[in-house]
Amino acid sequence: MPDILINGKSIPAGDDPDMPLLWLIRDILKMTGTKFGCGIGACGACTVMVDGVATRSCITPVGLVEGKVTTIEGLSAADQTSAVQAAWIAEQVPQCGYCQSGMIMAATALLRENPEPTDEDIDAAITNICRCGTYPRIRKAIHRAAELTRDMTRGGVANG
Amino acid sequence: MVKLSRRGFLIGGAAVVGTVATGMAIGVGFLSTIDTDGLSGSVLPDGSLGLTAWITIRPDGHITFAIPRTEMGQGIHTALPMLLAEELEVSLDYDNVSVEFPTDPLPVYANFTLALGKRPEDAHGVGAWVGRKIFGMVPYIATGGSSSTVDAYETYRKAGAAARNMLMQAAAKRWQMPMSALYAELGEIVNRETGERLGYGALAADAATMTPEKNLALKDPKDFRLIGTSTPRLDIPDKVRGAAMFGIDTVLPDMLFAAVVQAPVFGGHVKNLDSSKAEGMPHVHKVVNMGNAVGVIADSYYHARKGMDALMIEFADGGNGDLDSAGISKRLKAALDGKPNHIHENVGDVDALLAKGDTLEAEYETPYLAHACMEPMNCTALYKDGKAELWMSAQSPLAMTWAAKEVFKDLSGGTVCHTTLAGGGFGRRIEKDAAVFACKLAAAMPGTPIKAVWPREEDIRHDMYRPAARARIRATLGADGLPTAFDYNIAVQSTLEGFSSRNMPMTQGGPKDPSNVEGASHLPYAIPARRVSNATVELPVPVGFWRSVGHSNNGFIVESFIDEMAFKAGMGPFEYRRKLLAGNKRLSAMMDKLAEISGWGTPAPEGVVRGVSFRPSFRSHVAQVAEIRLDSEKNLKVERVYCVVDCGQVVNPDTVTAQMESGIIFALSALMYGEITLEDGAVQQSNFPDYDMVRMANTPDVVVHIMENHEEPGGVGEPGTPPLFAAVTNAIFTATGERIRTLPLMNQGYSFA
Ligand code: FES
Ligand code: FES
Repeated sequence: MPDILINGKSIPAGDDPDMPLLWLIRDILKMTGTKFGCGIGACGACTVMVDGVATRSCITPVGLVEGKVTTIEGLSAADQTSAVQAAWIAEQVPQCGYCQSGMIMAATALLRENPEPTDEDIDAAITNICRCGTYPRIRKAIHRAAELTRDMTRGGVANG
Repeated sequence: MVKLSRRGFLIGGAAVVGTVATGMAIGVGFLSTIDTDGLSGSVLPDGSLGLTAWITIRPDGHITFAIPRTEMGQGIHTALPMLLAEELEVSLDYDNVSVEFPTDPLPVYANFTLALGKRPEDAHGVGAWVGRKIFGMVPYIATGGSSSTVDAYETYRKAGAAARNMLMQAAAKRWQMPMSALYAELGEIVNRETGERLGYGALAADAATMTPEKNLALKDPKDFRLIGTSTPRLDIPDKVRGAAMFGIDTVLPDMLFAAVVQAPVFGGHVKNLDSSKAEGMPHVHKVVNMGNAVGVIADSYYHARKGMDALMIEFADGGNGDLDSAGISKRLKAALDGKPNHIHENVGDVDALLAKGDTLEAEYETPYLAHACMEPMNCTALYKDGKAELWMSAQSPLAMTWAAKEVFKDLSGGTVCHTTLAGGGFGRRIEKDAAVFACKLAAAMPGTPIKAVWPREEDIRHDMYRPAARARIRATLGADGLPTAFDYNIAVQSTLEGFSSRNMPMTQGGPKDPSNVEGASHLPYAIPARRVSNATVELPVPVGFWRSVGHSNNGFIVESFIDEMAFKAGMGPFEYRRKLLAGNKRLSAMMDKLAEISGWGTPAPEGVVRGVSFRPSFRSHVAQVAEIRLDSEKNLKVERVYCVVDCGQVVNPDTVTAQMESGIIFALSALMYGEITLEDGAVQQSNFPDYDMVRMANTPDVVVHIMENHEEPGGVGEPGTPPLFAAVTNAIFTATGERIRTLPLMNQGYSFA
């Protein structure tokens, strides 16, 4: 199998094309920011981006991955939090935090597609589960991240 | 990262040895620690200085707080450091402090409030002293019952004051100045006369040799600098970077991974196991028959799951193969028709009053509920040279050390539980079942750390569920429409009995378990004659603590019935509650505030209907108004929930708000979707599609108001949950005339719009 590009690094994909990307990331590469919640694509805890598109890694076989994979660890370049992460801190979103990597990846992918999402857009795009019920704050944080990104772009310091 | 170890804890200047990590008493040294208040200094193996059992200062000034309570989302790893930092006089920024769950089970780390049902400062008298001794000796380190802040409120501020005092003594000695010439400010001791400053890091070594003065005065609440302010949470920066480590994220050298499958029927066991195919698979190391479950150890969870799929297992049903939900419902009904087996509250002549006047009667039924923490159950265990080490997102490391004892004969090397962040707890993670499996797997491969992870399907099918229940309520209304008699009887399994039989040295609870009726007994409403009883049933379905415990059932039932009485009396539900609470100033003020913020009494927006509910629990009081929209197809939208909480002195308002939001959404999932059903002895639900959850699109706006006062602090992790159920179903009644007496709503034809 060809290597997979994860957070800019070329990674051998192993000997089993059926292995879901989630387990390559978590158990083989020991990158634990991406979470296991359901294993059947129902909760979004395992969300990563493949070429910028939110992808549930627990049901994505490594053999089918074509494109650049970004995990939560790859989102913030060298200690610089992304606009989404900064908005998450400003709104004090996480409680237990377990769903949040997946939420942040889903929100980041949404904002790439749609830099100014409406509440309806957010409802449609964010279908991940949070058992702690941080949804109201996630909604606010997405709007705030959209604003932050807009301001940064206006200021000429694009960072998305 | 260096883990906090306080094995060399100093008492009155002399190191006490002989504490063992299993938490059992060995020798006089350990016993002598039980009476201490944890306020001495110590030098830790990594060279940092312990000022009290909760505070460690490095020579460079970095502060680590040892917080023996599990952070599972409730913000306790910020709230308790705030209490310490308030008196220690340090700021609380992600960059200058860290928080760790200590691995050494010191007696002062016990949760006395949870164990004794009393705040430590209220535990006077011989009985309380003995209780403190016993639970300190165990030591009872556990997180639950919304008790952490209540338990810590005074103890932690005293510890912060003691550490500050030790630092001031060190500075006084160095400068040869009287203490009165010094004050503490943001991590430094300041010399009032010269303006000189000394940082805590530079003073810590000397401070650790000082004995703090006794009876240090604590700040007046009006001087609080941190307490009562929305201090940003210390755990959030790591959580948004994916750097926070949960139990399931444990990585150890040469670690292997395991998946677990249990006998589907409660009480069942493995009858036949053919593991030859699985064991022949690449990456599979071992298949372990654990009696009631099978574990597959492999190079990754994926390989373990693949191995699991290749197993041929025949399970015996342990005689419970006939159990199903219809049968359980019949058992509950039959129990209600029989005699109650305990009366928890009996005031006035209920029978005489029920025989005359305007009476009404209703029955309610609720389902079993799973916790479904976002982080599936898991535990990592390593057994080596007689030592058991566990890594786990546990609500009680104590229980996990007991799990190790159950499995390993030789524990001469001791047992340590490393408590990690928890991806949700809600009462589930106080159970030791996952630790038992991990230990059994580790026993099969000594020297190799094994991370056992439950598939979500196992997590749902082998929970310790919120019990199903059926209640009958009767009441008589007086001429003024208010109740004169209230008779409540509930058929339910005792959660305390279930929990203690599985996890504690002694089984408690049963018919006398107060949580059977909490939420129905000792109501704050003025009802002259009251009888509250239960008819407990014994069933093979394991039941346990689920966020808000008995209040989740009884709160829904009682608050629905209050509306039924109000309707019968021809009064508005809000007005009715206000009348019943009229004698209580504090609660009346809360209801007034709720009316004000929700606009109750003013016309609702077109198409919107309101419902109200109120429930005290865990030393706090929460009242809510739900605003719903409902169409003729029973498409329900809960648009907004107004929530007023009185939890006494608030430590971190933003955390209180977050816990209210959380409790409300948690309850809304249960209200719409939550039910665990059984067929042929096994749970029918298995994963999120059939045990569904509220998502972004179904989430209401939540408006929270916190009552401001300096009363004793109450809990906030659970109290937001109970009122929501009836707030919504009462609104449904107002909208349609349909009284919801059986949950979940989806079984009554409702779905989210
Ligand atoms: S773990 Fe992948 S969607 Fe739940
Ligand atoms: S923050 Fe706990 S599951 Fe979302």
